[in-house]
Amino acid sequence: MGKFTEIKELRLENIVKRFPGVLATDHVSLTVGEHEILALVGENGAGKTTLMNVIMGLYHQDEGSMFINGEEVNFRSPNDAFDCGIGMVHQQYMLVPNMTVLENIALGMKDCQKNIKVDLEAVRAKVNEISTKYGLKVDPDAYIWQLAVGEQQRVELVKTLCLGAKFLILDEPTSALTPQETDELIALLSRMANELSIIFISHKLNEVKALSQKVCILRHGAVVFQGNTKDYTPKEIAALMTGRDVETSANTEEPCNGKTAISIKDLCVKSDRGFLALDNFNLEIREGEIVGLAGVSGNGQRELAEAMNGLRKVESGSIKFYDTEIANLTPRQIIDLGMGYIPEERNIEGIVPSMSIKENIILKDTETEKFSKNHILKNSEIEKYTDEMREKFDIRSPHMHIAAGSLSGGNIQKVILAREIDRNPKFLVCVYPIRGLDMGAAEFIHKQLLALRKRGVGILLISEELEEIMNLSDRIAVICKGQNQKVLLRDEASTAKLGILMAGVKDE
Amino acid sequence: MNNYKLCYKVAVVLAAIIVALLVGSIIILAVGGNVLSTYWIIISMPFKNFRSICEVLTRMIPLMIIALGICVSSRCGINNIGAEGQMYMGVVASCTVAFMCAGMPRMIAIPLCILSAAIAGGLYGFIPGFLKAKLEVSELLSTVMLNYVATQFYLFCIRIPLLDPNEKTGTPMSARLPESAVLHKFVRGTSLHEGIILAIVLAALIYILLFKTSWGYKMRAAGASSRAARYGGINVPKYLIIAMVISGGCAGMAGAVELMGVQGRAMSGITSGYGFSGIVVALFGALHPIMVIPAAFFFGILLYSQVNLQILTSVPPNLVQTLQGAIILIIVSVQMVINNPYTEDRFRRRFFSSIKKEAK
Repeated sequence: MGKFTEIKELRLENIVKRFPGVLATDHVSLTVGEHEILALVGENGAGKTTLMNVIMGLYHQDEGSMFINGEEVNFRSPNDAFDCGIGMVHQQYMLVPNMTVLENIALGMKDCQKNIKVDLEAVRAKVNEISTKYGLKVDPDAYIWQLAVGEQQRVELVKTLCLGAKFLILDEPTSALTPQETDELIALLSRMANELSIIFISHKLNEVKALSQKVCILRHGAVVFQGNTKDYTPKEIAALMTGRDVETSANTEEPCNGKTAISIKDLCVKSDRGFLALDNFNLEIREGEIVGLAGVSGNGQRELAEAMNGLRKVESGSIKFYDTEIANLTPRQIIDLGMGYIPEERNIEGIVPSMSIKENIILKDTETEKFSKNHILKNSEIEKYTDEMREKFDIRSPHMHIAAGSLSGGNIQKVILAREIDRNPKFLVCVYPIRGLDMGAAEFIHKQLLALRKRGVGILLISEELEEIMNLSDRIAVICKGQNQKVLLRDEASTAKLGILMAGVKDE
Repeated sequence: MNNYKLCYKVAVVLAAIIVALLVGSIIILAVGGNVLSTYWIIISMPFKNFRSICEVLTRMIPLMIIALGICVSSRCGINNIGAEGQMYMGVVASCTVAFMCAGMPRMIAIPLCILSAAIAGGLYGFIPGFLKAKLEVSELLSTVMLNYVATQFYLFCIRIPLLDPNEKTGTPMSARLPESAVLHKFVRGTSLHEGIILAIVLAALIYILLFKTSWGYKMRAAGASSRAARYGGINVPKYLIIAMVISGGCAGMAGAVELMGVQGRAMSGITSGYGFSGIVVALFGALHPIMVIPAAFFFGILLYSQVNLQILTSVPPNLVQTLQGAIILIIVSVQMVINNPYTEDRFRRRFFSSIKKEAK
């Protein structure tokens, strides 16, 4: 199967890919040899994924060429890449949830689809062969939706290998895993490197250090550095990645003893699929305190945030916001009580993407005296206010009339932050606030959150980045399968401890 | 750079018009017509004299009023395919009220007729809006089904309760409206009637509603991203229903105006498909109340040309509908091209690199 029996070398020369107004990759050249692991690092938007999509034939480069074993290749579609033995595991898994593992793998295998009936037994044989060869355990008859994220990833790997991949591309493979699962994956990948070549994208530098032989750093689409991983410390790589020394803001205040702002008791909430996403969840948060909620995503975080903001029905239990019971109130009522919310999906929930920045800033306040009178909007007031907000929150946009959806992720988050913070909330629910943002924007947002804390606002910070949680929180709660595992003080917490709790092991 | 962008858009639109005309030519040739004279008739006849311009404007009135309503519903994220049925309900209501108001002064009778049509259409729009908001019934399904119901209800009305008592041949139609409920023509012998005032006032009102009030703001937010709107504390179901009521109300008024200004009596086929053409006009006008005006004018021209083609050429008038379809399809595709930033960017680079080469 395939055009090349082995891939001794993959070489890119001067790859250029443009998107409207953006140079996504700027004359990128790199080489990966046989059995080599190359780590591709860079901030978000540096062009890593674009480059990989060019290799896979999902995009076609505007300039430059690609060589396998010295022979020029030109991929028109991912199928061409598969035929040459290159396979990719995407950041978002491409699996059909209500089909079995076997059926999912069969989807890509054209050899088994020649007859009307798919030859599942042949697929099963292939899967077993691959699993034993690489030590990748999968249950071929399980449905995808039954599997944990780590297991789904193994399915993706098996799927890719079943297609005959001899060259693997992994796009941020660890972003959804617990620390323990990450360790397992790294061990697995270093074993697999005996047989394969791997490019792996990451911005977690300890993983880069643990796994790769060579590292290649992209910044604004261009290669700024290539070298052997072992010669550099993570800190040096970080500095090269951002182009400056990285400072992180941290919460160093004493734990606070303010009034209880939020008190959640025995909260049960159903997920979209109908099972209990929150199962007797308990948590208390004081005013002027940041409580970090750590956990692997999909363990009830989204449902908690939505239930607290009236966006999801509460089955039983109570949420007290100061003295008011807010379970099952409407979003409007909860907003009017002084709740702020930075939602998980900033692009479609936090803003109305097709409306202007100006209109998005007043999303929650159209009926206030400040912005309207007898339902007629006060346009000049609104313009003045949004210009103020642009200065105060450093929203980088020429004017406030452009569609909010066309801004970068960091600027969208600033628009949301401007709206939520300037309404003077009494409490703020903040979900994955820096996901996908570059370090500069993340830093800005963290500073704003700490300033808000100083003003006496309680904050629930839901995140999967343990570093962020440990830097900012006064106390850290760990959620697993909809239950609060344990609440730790900042000084008690460590990555290892949190990792064990996140995996569902209740200690003591 | 901005100049470039404008040129690009103009070039794409011109290309689209040329393609549309070419496709049209093929159709005309296929039915054995003369391409040039057919196009000439379509383009020149409406502007031949004052009377013909009035004909175009008259056809524009119901199109515009319906399209304005569609702007509201579509901006709020609900597709109202039921304008046809809502228009029928408007005709029934205004016709009934008109006979009840016989003898009253025009200043009272006409507003009452139009108001009753707006209420009837609005109520008929409320049903799919309510079903969508509370039970998540697809509005495509409910509005289309309600169209069937309205059509049959209307036929029933003009056959029995509203049937002209002096009509002996059995043609289903109402008696002529009493004088107090007839919209006057501006100039004797031309067709343009007072309904156009309503259309223009409505355009201004809908514009203000959508873009200057907090209600319109909330409707647009709900339509653009219902999740974000819900997050922002907007009662999305409530605004869905309001938008459908406004949309239905507009369609109802269009029915009243057509009855009181053009036909003078309720007869079968009074809607002339305006309920569907109105949707296209709204989309053509980019769902903007002001842009709807030229869009409706353009469609008025196409509709009027049906009459002229029938009189002046051997080309069957239904051809115009075929042409209309082809033109719309092509222009909508072109809008997609214009709005695709990737295509534009690629063009821009080709364009500028070719300029550079020439300069060298």
